[in-house]
Amino acid sequence: MNLRKKTLGYAIVAFVLLLLPVVLSPLLGSEQLATHLTARNEAPSWSHPFGTDWLGRDMFTRSIKGLALSLGVGLTAALASGLIAGTLGLMAATLGKAADRFISWLIDLFLSVPHLVLLLLIAFVTGGGVKGVIIAVGLTHWPSLARLIRAEILQLKSSEFVLVSRHMGRSRWWIATRHLLPHLWPQFIVGTLLLFPHAILHEAAITFLGMGLSPHQPAIGIILSESMRYLSTGMWWLAFFPGLCLLILVRSFDVLATNLYALVDPNRSQE
Amino acid sequence: MPLLEVNQLSITFTQYDRGLRQKKVPVIQNLSLAVERGEIVAVVGASGSGKSLLAHAILGILPHNAAVSGRMAFDGQPLTPTVIRKLRGKRIAFVPQSVQSLDPLMRVGDQVRQAVRTGDPAAEQQRAFAQYGLAPQVARRYPFQLSGGMARRVLVSIATVSGAELLIADEPTPGMDPAVVQETLRAFKAFADKGTAIVFITHDLEAALTIADKVAVFHAGATLEVTQAADFEGKGERLRHPYTRALWLALPQNGFAIPDEEAGETQICSLKHEA
Amino acid sequence: MQLEARSISKRYGEEQWLFRNANAALQTGEVVGLLGPSGCGKSTFCRILAGYDSSTEGEVMLDGERLPSKGYRPVQLIFQHPERAVNPRWKAGAIMNEGWQPDGSMLESLEINPEWLNRWPSELSGGELQRICIARALAPHTRFILADEMTTMLDAITQARIWKTVLELAASRQMGLMVVSHDRHLIDRICTRVIDFRSLG
Repeated sequence: MNLRKKTLGYAIVAFVLLLLPVVLSPLLGSEQLATHLTARNEAPSWSHPFGTDWLGRDMFTRSIKGLALSLGVGLTAALASGLIAGTLGLMAATLGKAADRFISWLIDLFLSVPHLVLLLLIAFVTGGGVKGVIIAVGLTHWPSLARLIRAEILQLKSSEFVLVSRHMGRSRWWIATRHLLPHLWPQFIVGTLLLFPHAILHEAAITFLGMGLSPHQPAIGIILSESMRYLSTGMWWLAFFPGLCLLILVRSFDVLATNLYALVDPNRSQE
Repeated sequence: MPLLEVNQLSITFTQYDRGLRQKKVPVIQNLSLAVERGEIVAVVGASGSGKSLLAHAILGILPHNAAVSGRMAFDGQPLTPTVIRKLRGKRIAFVPQSVQSLDPLMRVGDQVRQAVRTGDPAAEQQRAFAQYGLAPQVARRYPFQLSGGMARRVLVSIATVSGAELLIADEPTPGMDPAVVQETLRAFKAFADKGTAIVFITHDLEAALTIADKVAVFHAGATLEVTQAADFEGKGERLRHPYTRALWLALPQNGFAIPDEEAGETQICSLKHEA
Repeated sequence: MQLEARSISKRYGEEQWLFRNANAALQTGEVVGLLGPSGCGKSTFCRILAGYDSSTEGEVMLDGERLPSKGYRPVQLIFQHPERAVNPRWKAGAIMNEGWQPDGSMLESLEINPEWLNRWPSELSGGELQRICIARALAPHTRFILADEMTTMLDAITQARIWKTVLELAASRQMGLMVVSHDRHLIDRICTRVIDFRSLG
């Protein structure tokens, strides 16, 4: 067992864990989400592994569907964020001094405003819901990745082999696609993957605070926020299982991203 | 008994081939070397011939994917990982090839003082700086404020103030101008005259010959011969191995000759073309 | 053809001047040695002459005109560390063919084994990689080669081999060569003229 195999193993396990809610969600059907007044407030059992809530809804079904929704929202938001980061980083590093100064200022501006405040503001302005959450999360998560990409490009641009390439008569476009991109894409993919857990957590956070998804949707944030009212009555399972699932989901992403990074990092690749 | 003895040393790297497969790549085979107290042994070879790995093996700082076989002993004691850790920086000093091995966040004067084990640290550091042509105020600078040549001289200072019995220098001279190279080499010589054993790893045969007692010629992962430095003279008649002779005759001042592989002979040709 | 430095000065930001008013001229067919202590700005001077860096004051002229800023450049610089001058994610063949396609006779005269072209830079030795870099810079339109400590990191045999080929090619094509080195013996052996960098400015 060498490190590469082990790393690949971790990445696959994390990936399967992430895929699980997406596959399970449509299989479960929505019947379990209906109100069953005969089965209210039941503790975890074999028929309801995560228990039921005050309306008799199966918490397992709600959690899995919530996770699937969170994954979808997180994926879209993280991709949008990654796209913004890539474009702005690229522009800052290639379009000259004025563009660089403006984009760097923009990055600093977004980093200086508290994250959650900005999230809530944007979600509020766009009217909440799935669309609002995606826009809010997408618009707030790009700065650190954009900064990383900008720095990486600037360093590559001054490296000797890029300077030589220009002396060989190669065009800017040619250098960008043959020299810069092959160095950038692993950074970009891993950076975007690392945005994922953030996006999911913040989606849950704004939903929890009431600015996100509508209460009819089985989102993790809504489940957690609703369960708050019942925690004091001893119904611990309402928050415990969905919260644990969220934790596992986020952690899987972390494991996936860090292991993928180890595979593409030339300094560690021979270990 | 030699202070350092390396016997039948072999180093193999495990590297990733394509995808998940691994392959074994031998880099050093059956290398033997002995260094007495007060002696300078130069290890001379082409860049990429694996001679730096010899230093890394002695110091126990090879990367994880390297496998070592053979015997190494310091002062009669086998060099196991625990023993090396105890000796490193105390009885064995190292001048690394990379100038990035200086602590970037510490003033270089302090880094030199920290290495002093006997005597007054400040005085020892000032003496070393004076010896290697570094101005006293350089002590207050950080590594990023030094040129490559200056950083190398700081590394040499750190190694010499430690009062080690064995000094291993891995390519200590590139980036220095000739006057400073001479100064550094003289300092090594003076250090050896006080009884220190020195392993001087370099690709620069000329620099090696100015101070070395013995020269180990290294090629493709093996020592071809260990010869007296004095044997390098004239047309190299006293050098046994053809590669060693070719190396000697290829120096610009010795004919700049290119060995003719088919004939196995060395031809001397004039390369100066008239413009 | 003539490559000329007209009172070139260089400093970074508001730091001290690295050098001021350096004048030098190099003709095609010449092999000129450039000597000077380390840290005196020789390398920066070379980078400016080749168009890799801009001067703070003064100009570089190629036959009375500015250096071209597009297309294959007639003035090529060869660096001391070949491993930094190549993209580590490219195979040696792609690296060598970036500007032009050296033919078999060029490979033969530089003693480049065609097998190397299928390897990654980390699988080649410094001498092997430097030959690839030299082949890359020797396109037919190259008029001047500036060699900045080109063989400093190489052993004597490899050094002699590489210089033999480069000097022969330079002579047959009437290229101009500038040899930057701290090795007085090397410069004495191969150069037709020697410039002391400190006497330039």
